[in-house]
Amino acid sequence: MTGPLALIGALIVLAGALFLFLGGLGLWRMPDTYNRIQAGTKATTLGSLLVLLGVGVLVPGWAIKLLLVMLFLLFTNPLSSQVLARAAHRSGIAPTPATRADALADDHGDLT
Amino acid sequence: MAETILMAAAALIALAFLLAIGRFFRGPHAVDRVVGFDVLTIISIAGIVLAAVIAGRGIYLDVALVYALLSFLGVIVAARYLEGGEE
Amino acid sequence: MTALAILAAAGFGLAILGAAFVALRTRSTPVAVLAAGLVSLFASVVFLILAAPDVAMTEAAIGSGLTTFLFFYVLGRIRRESANDQ
Repeated sequence: MTGPLALIGALIVLAGALFLFLGGLGLWRMPDTYNRIQAGTKATTLGSLLVLLGVGVLVPGWAIKLLLVMLFLLFTNPLSSQVLARAAHRSGIAPTPATRADALADDHGDLT
Repeated sequence: MAETILMAAAALIALAFLLAIGRFFRGPHAVDRVVGFDVLTIISIAGIVLAAVIAGRGIYLDVALVYALLSFLGVIVAARYLEGGEE
Repeated sequence: MTALAILAAAGFGLAILGAAFVALRTRSTPVAVLAAGLVSLFASVVFLILAAPDVAMTEAAIGSGLTTFLFFYVLGRIRRESANDQ
């Protein structure tokens, strides 16, 4: 692991780790469940994709397996985020008082 | 140089792990705990890949692959269960 | 490298103890099931740090994935059946 390519890969890994840390910080600091779902799943999705990309730059021989893991993460993270938000809404968790609009509560009867 | 940056990244990932564990332990509602569980699995996938590149062993990637395949199933079933309300 | 690995394994061991404590002490069933899944997630990371990737893969697939899935599936079935009976 020497040369400029290794340095670029390590910097991409560091950027991804920074996004993972920010996701964890948002998960700890945000005021209600919905904000925690946003911070926890969006920032960590970008962070883990950047970490995997940086490792792919560092070790090009692992590119196919890393690409497979990236594809799974890209498909499954938004899915679990949406299911979690819907579960939070249906089990009646109140949003923070600063919330302006709740479109799902407005047309709740249309959803199955 | 690259090894030092990788160690700094590992330290940041460990901090994120600590924060997510704290949310899992504190979480007022069960959905908060499910969110903490989900985030912990995502962070551990990144941590496993980083451990693979630090240890230099490609077989660790298979564990990350199994995690990416299976972890979201548990989260989705847990969320579907909690939709009906918690007893 | 080895000192770092031992330190990380000790940290994850403490996390395993904390998750097991939550699983024992909580009053709600879903939280207990989630904490049990968290125990095996941390255990598989410890196996990986201690250079046993095959054991870690089995623990991830069975303990963290399949067991959590099966517990929540059965809990949902039980709730639906008891709702049908009344």
